[in-house]
Amino acid sequence: MHGSGIPIWFFIGVLLVIYGSMILGYGVYEWHTGIYPPLVQLTNLHTPVWWGGVLTALGVFYVVKFRPGQAVK
Amino acid sequence: MFGSVPAYLAAGSFGSLPSFLAFSAAPLARLARLDIVVIALYFGMVIWIGFYLKGRSNTSEEFFMAGRQMTAWIAGLSFVSANLGSLELMGWAGTTYEYGILATHWYWIGAIPAMLFLGLVMMPFYYVSKTHSVPGYLNLRYGEHARVLAAISFALEMILMSGVNMFAMAVVMKVVLGWSLTFSILVSAAAVTLYVALGGLRSAIFNEVLQFVLIWGGALLVPVLGMIQAGGVGGLKTQIIANMHSDSYFHLWRDTAHFADNPMGVHWTGIVFGLGFAISFGYWCTDFLVVQRVLAAHDLRAARMAPIIGSFFKMAVPFIVILPGLLGLVLLQNPDGSRMQLIPQDTWKACVPMSASCAPLLKQTSLSPAVQQDVLDQKEGPQTDLHSYNEVLPLMMVRYLGPGLLGLGITALIAGFMSGMAGNVSAFSTVWTYDLYKPLINKKATDSHYVMVGRLSIVIGVLVSIGAGYLVQRAHGIMDYVQALFSIFIAPLLATILLGMFWKRATRLAGFLGLLLGIAFSVSLFMWVHVNPENLKYVALSDAAKTMAENVFRALWACLFTAIVIFVVSMFTKPRPVAELEGLVYGATKLPTEDPVPFYKNEWIWAGLVAVIFTALNIIFW
Repeated sequence: MHGSGIPIWFFIGVLLVIYGSMILGYGVYEWHTGIYPPLVQLTNLHTPVWWGGVLTALGVFYVVKFRPGQAVK
Repeated sequence: MFGSVPAYLAAGSFGSLPSFLAFSAAPLARLARLDIVVIALYFGMVIWIGFYLKGRSNTSEEFFMAGRQMTAWIAGLSFVSANLGSLELMGWAGTTYEYGILATHWYWIGAIPAMLFLGLVMMPFYYVSKTHSVPGYLNLRYGEHARVLAAISFALEMILMSGVNMFAMAVVMKVVLGWSLTFSILVSAAAVTLYVALGGLRSAIFNEVLQFVLIWGGALLVPVLGMIQAGGVGGLKTQIIANMHSDSYFHLWRDTAHFADNPMGVHWTGIVFGLGFAISFGYWCTDFLVVQRVLAAHDLRAARMAPIIGSFFKMAVPFIVILPGLLGLVLLQNPDGSRMQLIPQDTWKACVPMSASCAPLLKQTSLSPAVQQDVLDQKEGPQTDLHSYNEVLPLMMVRYLGPGLLGLGITALIAGFMSGMAGNVSAFSTVWTYDLYKPLINKKATDSHYVMVGRLSIVIGVLVSIGAGYLVQRAHGIMDYVQALFSIFIAPLLATILLGMFWKRATRLAGFLGLLLGIAFSVSLFMWVHVNPENLKYVALSDAAKTMAENVFRALWACLFTAIVIFVVSMFTKPRPVAELEGLVYGATKLPTEDPVPFYKNEWIWAGLVAVIFTALNIIFW
């Protein structure tokens, strides 16, 4: 957001980090134990692991780049 | 202890919800604790944003116009996100299930040309006039009467649209969680009221950008995984042709030469002129809901770039909305492994729970006679195997998303609906305060008084739209209802603004009468068909026309009728002096010159690229 205050991208980054790490953590647990939700399809692709990782990485990028106090163009 | 937290979070739904959350039907899935945490975090975040921004929304300029401080990216994402409510998500996925890829017209020809036109041609006039709203522009161009009429019709439209969003969200909660519609409507209404009333337009825009990211993060997996399971594009086509016995579901234009040749029952003239011009330009260029986002940009160049940035994302949205609708045609299955067939919303309502009108409506569906009889034999309790078109997206989510991911997907839907509602009520609040309350009721109040009125109008607007939410249940599918609204209010407004902006001869009286009679004409056409559906063939020019065709043609006729009225009345009334039209009309306005920028920041370059991609997509999916 233009002007003073915390940029909106920082809020988004924080939420993505939280969501991504929760989903990644559950995906790793799921893969480790081999217990999958019975009605969900394509569990062999381990979607929570790689998608959780993507969300976390994206979130970290936004948090670092748009952290409060940084000059954002 | 490895994994104990995920195991706990994934283990079943909370069982302590209040007893008044009466289940109206068996839920599709039981949300895991992890899903509940994901959803709760979203609600916590949006409400916290509202409180954080409250301190920056103290003046009317800050509360209603977000201080005019938005960058092109923020304004552009907000511009396209304001349209990503129930309309975009469940509604269009359901419409795709019913009509096929023809639904994509509402994203491409029904949006892109108009978005470019707004950015390149119309935005300078809105921006130079420094108006706070579209009715405000009408006041400057045509006078007080036109403003009041436009403001009243817009406020009514916003309330009804907010009701649409609330109802759509409640359907998601019903389908996935089994919550009652009433409870879901109350929860969403309370959250939206809180964060918009606190932070104003800035809060609405903030959450729209957040919602945009969540939608892609939560919904992108459904088409990706669906395409893998369907065997790619080739596999999807083969299975749809086998199931539906037609390849019309894959063509945008090929089968539109005759109404009867395509599942939507439309003609290309209706798509090009009714949708591509009357509805699309009316919505994207004159509907204050979306124009307000661009007016909040920090300078003219940002305001011109915002719709162009938004158009790139708009072209991509069918991937997460249209594609799941198509995939639902071949991948959704009943518990016994047979193909699940969805039904129209009004049929679903007639059969869940069972009513006397269920049997005749069932006969109009594609369900086999055996399945129909099976449904009719279940006299007691809800028909849990029946789902409406509008439920295709949540059904696909449940199919592919496990704990955590399902919560994210549901959060994306909730965010979309709440953001849509927030957009409606924030625009309603601005128009009510600036265009109705201030000129008609209290002209000389303090700035803080108008902010207070704006906050109060948000609360009242949400309450009224709750009633509208229940009205929606009586319509034939959410989308048909929304399209009817567009053509009733938007098409006459488009003709009024375009003639006012590009024809110096248009007079005050002509603008007011054109808008008034145009709306009356549009309502009359709607009622004419509503009272006797046989009249549809006259409005849409064909016996084979269906509801969507009626909507696009009604918009076209209303737009043309309004233009004719304005032209005729203008020729018999005295025009305003050209000097009074400075800043309002093309040819009478000296547009501000902009500083030269590198080519990669030039809006014309990016608009050209959008035009090339848009053309290519229409050829590829011809």
